[in-house]
This record gives sequence, structure tokens and C-alpha cells, in this order.
Amino acid sequence: MEPTINNSKPSRARTKTPPTDLPGWGIDADPKNDPTYPMKQRTDAEQTGYSWERPTLQQPDVEILKSLERPNLTAVFGTSTPPSGLSGMLRRHAYANYSENDNRHWFTLVLADKINVVECVLDDLASGHVPNIFKEKGYKASWQHDRKGLIVSLGTTLAITAGLAYLAWPKNKRGKKPKSRTVYPS
Amino acid sequence: MLAMSFRGPQRVRVQQKPMPEIKHPEDAIVRVTRSCICGSDLHLYNGNVPDTRVGMTFGHEFIGEVVEIGSEVTKLKVGDMVIVPFNVACGRCHFCKQGMFGNCHEANPEATAVGGFFGYAHIGGGYDGGQAEYARVPYANVSPTVIPEGMDPDDAVLLTDVVPTGYQAAEMAGIQPGDTVVVFGAGPVGIMAARCAWLFGAGRVIVLDEYDYRLEFVKNYAKCEAYNFKKDMEDVAMFIKKQTDWMGADCCIDAVGAEAAGNAVQTITGRKLLLQGGSATAMHWAINSVKKGGIISVVGVYGPTDNLIPLGNFMNKGLTMRGNQTSVKRLLPRLIEHVQNGTLNPKGIITHRIPLEEAAEGYRLFSDKLDNIIKPVLIPPSAR
Ligand SMILES: [Zn+2]
Ligand SMILES: [Zn+2]
Repeated sequence: MEPTINNSKPSRARTKTPPTDLPGWGIDADPKNDPTYPMKQRTDAEQTGYSWERPTLQQPDVEILKSLERPNLTAVFGTSTPPSGLSGMLRRHAYANYSENDNRHWFTLVLADKINVVECVLDDLASGHVPNIFKEKGYKASWQHDRKGLIVSLGTTLAITAGLAYLAWPKNKRGKKPKSRTVYPS
Repeated sequence: MLAMSFRGPQRVRVQQKPMPEIKHPEDAIVRVTRSCICGSDLHLYNGNVPDTRVGMTFGHEFIGEVVEIGSEVTKLKVGDMVIVPFNVACGRCHFCKQGMFGNCHEANPEATAVGGFFGYAHIGGGYDGGQAEYARVPYANVSPTVIPEGMDPDDAVLLTDVVPTGYQAAEMAGIQPGDTVVVFGAGPVGIMAARCAWLFGAGRVIVLDEYDYRLEFVKNYAKCEAYNFKKDMEDVAMFIKKQTDWMGADCCIDAVGAEAAGNAVQTITGRKLLLQGGSATAMHWAINSVKKGGIISVVGVYGPTDNLIPLGNFMNKGLTMRGNQTSVKRLLPRLIEHVQNGTLNPKGIITHRIPLEEAAEGYRLFSDKLDNIIKPVLIPPSAR
């Protein structure tokens, strides 16, 4: 399909008439907006290297991983969710061996993230907490505003799960009724 | 305290977590009164950001009341209501000194390419975020800013990210009076970028998105043109060329980033298989839609790995590309002025006020673009 453009009208491409019904047109226009200005108010301070007077240093009370591309921890850092388990081993490996410049760093972390999700489901179950997937996925909102979409998506998931379960079931047992166990009195 | 907790792709829980503590003498603890869900939280929500650990609390757009301060905090006192810019910034490193508060070198040990951000995985420094009842706010002397007398908290919370990021997107586009500006993406930041483009004197502002309700919204809110790239055109670059006398736009703003739709190869390799740092569709279109010598401004968030973009065209066309995490502190004084004198109306983009306890539903609404959502705000129990 061709875009529907009225070629008989002159192009507005180079017009200089802003809409009249909005406040502030052009009040921040700056003809000297140098390409580097918004990112940097030039002081060229970094030419003196890593030499500024550092803030007080936060003392780590949990394990903090550090990029290979810097010599030390930053003066402050977050202490959320320290590495643990198998995912934590992978994360340590990624930070200790690969720079940010090396894609293995990132792909190892992505793998760790996937493992971390499984670990946390297992942790939940081990502590007797069955995750409320319906709630965690926020499906109440889908039920209210996109019921059809929710049903299709849950139906698809169910069908795929059922299909995989069928395929995973030993072939000679498919379709057979489970044998009733006979219990002999001792 | 109650806090949002990430459980895995598209799964979040609101649960009890320990209260945050002062870990550094320049820390403050803030009782959160408003906290937004941001489009860039969706990258985390979908599990697309490396080193997003289960159990982390997201949220980098929040305001609240200072309830505790460390021994070196001098600029804030207990009881102050503060805007907390999403950047954690020391104010002393070479980058902060140059106004690059989004690029502080003393806030994120995990990635030198990235500054420190609240609630943005360990690629952002491992800080728990503000989608909670309380949050730890480091470097409280630097970025946190007392909310001016009389300012609506709904305006204030949008000054933590959306307004400054939309504004910096327009600023980095180097707009000269009369320029044609194309904004990719009509999410909250794209809407604000379109609105702010006029402040820099744009002559024409065009926004592209795939959702009609968002296009309708931006057309009214930002008084711009808005087109659906799935319905109104076959080829985005062709469309922009025809709209601009076959020249291309003067400036293109990428306000989409990694979640871009519109190109199957990009979507599969970037969003599903994570072989790219996200889908680079908007960036691809920007390079091919801007005029020769034009400027591309990038505020959409991408991952740290490679992306497929037409670099040959970038070079042959003599383009300039500028991107950055917004330096919120640098822009706040000007933007507070714009809000106070009515030039900008940030709260006009808030469509959903959601109790913190229902964060999971909030993420679902925002992620699936349900109920004509533009911008959701989470409100903790103590602020209702
Ligand atoms: Zn944000
Ligand atoms: Zn700094």
C-alpha cells in the first residue's frame, strides 16, 4: 500500500510556523547548542585522570562484584541481592574473567539470570511457599481489560504444556489406563 | 516494609522486606509517596537486562519524605519532601563536575559504561529502587531536591525522569528554529520529547508509534502530528522522506530503545533470543529517516551487547548521534521553572494511580498497553 499523502499540498517540511496554542515555543532555543554541550559542560577535568578527591568510602557488608574495567569499588554502591547459589558462581565468573567489552561477560550474566529464576522458585517451594503465578503475572489486570487475550495466552500455554507432557510420557504407557495397584494383605 | 520484588520474566510480587539502612554517611532514607513504573522498567520486567537478580526491587522514579539522614548529610533534613532524580551521583568525580550526573564514576562498581541508578539491576549499581514504602538514597547532598512549595506531587514525581529525559532528548537533538523533528515512540518519554521539541523552536514535530490511543494522546498533549507506522505507511524512511520534501528529517529522536516493534528479525534476535542488546528497529529507522548531516538523539535504553544498525548509512550521510542517560540534576532548575509557570504540565500524562500492593497488575497493564495506559504511578499505603 502506498502511503496516503496529498501531493497537491505544499510540503510543511520547512515551515517555521509553530502551533499557536501551546506555551513556550522557542524559549529554550539555543543556536550555540554545540554537539557536545548537553552531555558535557567543558572543563576537560578528566585529562587529569582518576584523581579527584573521593567521597567517604562505603564499607561492603555483602559481596559486591566489580567490573574489570575499574581498579576499585565505587565510593557508594547498592547492596541488593548479593550473588548466591549456582547463578552467583556464574556471576562471579563473569565479573572476574571478562571485561564489559567482552560479550561473554554479558551472556554469562544472562545465563545466570535464567538459572536464578529457577533457583528462586525452588527456594520458594522449599520454604513451603507456592508462588501465586496468577497474581505475580498481574493477570487480574488482563482479566479486566483483555479477557480474550488472557484466555488465548493461557490456553496456548496449557496446550503446549499438555503436548510436551504427552511427548515426555513413555511411549508404551500412552493412552493406557494407569494400572491399579493391588495391595495384598500381609 | 512493603516492596516490589522481581521474581522472573513478567513476574513481580509485593512482599515484606527489611527496612533500608544508612550504609554511607551521605545516605538518606526516604519514605516513598509516589513511584512510577517506567518504560525502561519493562526491559527489566521482561528479563532482558543482564544481571537482573531475583528479589530486587525496581523503581527509579520516586519522591518522598526524608525520614533519616547519615552523619554527612547537610543539605536535607528529616521531614523534607524531595524529588529523587533517578541518577545516583557523587557530585565530585570528573563527570559530575562537568554536569554529567547521569555518568557518575563513583556510583556503580558493576559497569563503568553505566552510571548509578535506583532499582535498575546490577548493571545500574545494585541499588534497590523506590517501588517500595522506603528507599535508601545515597549522596543525599547532591541530587535530591526539595519539592518547591505548592508543587503537585504528581508533577514532582515526573521530574525524576520522564520530563528531564524528554527534555534532554530534544536538547541533544540540537533542534534549530524551524527544524522538522521526528520522534520514534509515543510512550511517556516520546510524548515529553515531542512537547519539549517545541521549546527548542521546532517547526514541525512528527511522532510515530504502533498504538492508536497513544498517537491520539500525543497529538493532543504535544500538539504534533502522529502516525501509526503499522497502518499509515509501508516503509518508515520512505514516509518521512515524502513528508519532508524528500530531504529527511532534521532531527530524529529514538525514544523507544530495546523493546522496539516493527521488524521481525530485530524482534526475534533482540527481544526473544537476546543475541542483540535489544531490538534496534527505531535506531535503524532513525538513521535512514534523518537528512544528511542530521542529528540522532538517543534516550531509548539498549542493552550492553551489540546491535544491528546501518552504520554505513550513518557514515555516508555524515550524521551525528548523541545519546545519554539524562543528567536530571543539571536540568531540574529549568524544568521546575517550566512546571511552575505552566509551560509544561507533566501530570497530564498520568493515566493510572495504582496501590503499591497491586504493582503486578500495574506492570501487566503497562507492559501489555491495556486500558489506554500512558503513565502509571504506584502509591504506597502511607501516602493514600
Ligand atoms: Zn524512567
Ligand atoms: Zn560523580
